[in-house]
Amino acid sequence: MIRSTLVRALAVTAALGLSVTACGTTNNGTTSGSKSTAGAACGKNLAFLGAETGDAGALGLNMVGGIKLALDEYNKKHSSCKIGLKEFDSQGSPDKAPALATQVVNDSSIIGLVGPGFSGESLATGKTFFEAGLPSISPSATNVTITQQGWTTWHRVIGNDDAQGKADATYLTSTGGAKKVYVVDDAQDYSKGLATVVKTALGASAAGSDEIQVGQTDMSAVVTKVKSSGADAVFYGGYYTEAGLLVKQLRQAGWKGTFMSGDGAEDPAFVKAAGASAANGAVLSAPAAPAPADFNSKYKAVNSADAGLYSTQAYDAANIFLGALDAGKSTPEDINKFIGSYTGTGASGPISFDAKGDVTATTIYAYMVKNGALDTANPTPIK
Amino acid sequence: MDFGFLFHNIIELTITGLALGAIYALVALGYTMVYGVLQLINFAHSEVFMYGTFAVAWVVVFFHGTTSATQSLGSSLGILGAALVAAMVLSAAIALLLERVAYRPLIKKGAPKLIALISAIGASFSLAEIMGLRDKIAGWVGLQDDLSAYVSKARDLYSSPIDVQPQNLFPVGNYQVTDVDLLVIGAALAMMVALDQFVRRTRFGRGIRAVAQDPESAALMGVNSTRVVQLTFLIGGLMAGVAATLYMIRIGSTRQNAGFILGVKAFTAAVLGGIGNLRGALIGGLLLGVVENYGSAVFGSQWKDVVAFVLLVLILLVRPSGLLGEALGKARA
Repeated sequence: MIRSTLVRALAVTAALGLSVTACGTTNNGTTSGSKSTAGAACGKNLAFLGAETGDAGALGLNMVGGIKLALDEYNKKHSSCKIGLKEFDSQGSPDKAPALATQVVNDSSIIGLVGPGFSGESLATGKTFFEAGLPSISPSATNVTITQQGWTTWHRVIGNDDAQGKADATYLTSTGGAKKVYVVDDAQDYSKGLATVVKTALGASAAGSDEIQVGQTDMSAVVTKVKSSGADAVFYGGYYTEAGLLVKQLRQAGWKGTFMSGDGAEDPAFVKAAGASAANGAVLSAPAAPAPADFNSKYKAVNSADAGLYSTQAYDAANIFLGALDAGKSTPEDINKFIGSYTGTGASGPISFDAKGDVTATTIYAYMVKNGALDTANPTPIK
Repeated sequence: MDFGFLFHNIIELTITGLALGAIYALVALGYTMVYGVLQLINFAHSEVFMYGTFAVAWVVVFFHGTTSATQSLGSSLGILGAALVAAMVLSAAIALLLERVAYRPLIKKGAPKLIALISAIGASFSLAEIMGLRDKIAGWVGLQDDLSAYVSKARDLYSSPIDVQPQNLFPVGNYQVTDVDLLVIGAALAMMVALDQFVRRTRFGRGIRAVAQDPESAALMGVNSTRVVQLTFLIGGLMAGVAATLYMIRIGSTRQNAGFILGVKAFTAAVLGGIGNLRGALIGGLLLGVVENYGSAVFGSQWKDVVAFVLLVLILLVRPSGLLGEALGKARA
């Protein structure tokens, strides 16, 4: 009798202990143990919220790499007052992000958020961060409606989908010479937002539209629709996995038109998903310029991988926070004011923010897939 | 609602739907056989299929390397043949492992079917996550660098480097039927006929039908029920291996959760055709593939799953035992 009660008590304690540790966060990076009383934000952390695994995990890893490079450079210069990084993997899903956002705002060591990575999760968590007063700079969330919510703590260092969608439509009809464009998207916030802007900008050139699901692998119905509509170009709003599978099946069916997608697909993983020959000739736009010449070697030294899309944006975002710390700001309100009035030039280009949190200058670049590889060094700017 | 589009392209939508449905049918066979013999829904069968797809990709990487290449079906037959064998072996092995670890202990203890179902769900998640963590597992034995072409970036999409480019063979209406279409549909039909003959005419098949009909009487008649259950899982695994090879020829990429959606669809197909009925699995699979395509054509691709499941509900309302109804145990000799 006593034994079984003891066993039960131990089991309950073990279960509670396990669930408490399971609620913990992954902590990467160095954190200084001592708390300085001089007001400096030593031993504090930046947070990253975004997709590190899942359908679009490659993009999140690019961002984490950029943040780590910025922190590495900062910590070398401030070896007695280091800043760490806490990563929260949302898998890019707006369902998983809110719970992680709650963890972020309850963690008093976090002074700022680089993220959220994607538009869906930004819309799902923006209110939480705004109400907690935590400033955030997203390197990659491009949906237009995010900065229309009145969240004064939310910023992004990348051009939004309004600019990107209009530029994409212009590219397809003028440079691409397409007469009829078929628009497909995967119904997510970012994808639908971008596809809608493109469709509106295309006007009469839009030959039709369809919506697929994330995780869908058989696109035969969409392929039939594209062929039947007589479209000579397809614009896909979404991420690289479905984009690659779609263009592969379009080419397998013998369709010869131009395939274009946005920044969610602008990654070498697109070529892997599509296969080299199907991916050749695809045009992937992004509101991001190629990284400066020495960036990749510095990035590789810290991360043992090549820089990718959003690495420079995340690097710049992290540096803005670190610049605020250098300027002696340590409270969230001061850091937020610093961001609002920040002007400078980062690895991704000139940065300053308007009243709503959007970056003021933006150029959209078209990246081509040639000879089985995504050419990340020589994009064409779309006028 | 675009019926005009549907009618104009009905041949193309039907043939591509049949090709998709053939893969559902082959996976549905595994579900239907295990249910027929054990009255157990083997939720982990989707992972048996997923491991088969990885076996195909790994064999292609092993023989061909990681450089991307586009080849016709004819010139890839050798490597695809090897991949088929590997997929069938690995899927069968996973199926037998499942039977031994997740089900046999429970069946021997006479556990309620619900417990076996929970064990199936747990096995499904475990197998999928083991594939998703293969880079860490390779790291434990220090092989993550040697095997990096096979285990790195374990949670990303894993593509077979050889792209099979379908060749047009002959036109039917305004659609050019390709060699891949014929291969997929033909292979599924051939496997189905072979399996049907196996169950009807061989001694092993009679054993399967006997255990499906009445396990105790079968034991009294000298049928080793453990062997029969193993054989059932083995056959399900072999069919899933064939389905995996055909899937990789058509789609070319896989990931650790690729089995999940396909497993749900295949199980739906099995129920649609009459769970426990082999021909039902074929009819259910082909019908589901075609209906999904028609639904996408008429309503838009986002409604594809809604159409498929509404069809399932409607058919079950009219015929609760599914289209063909008759169970494995009642198949006539």
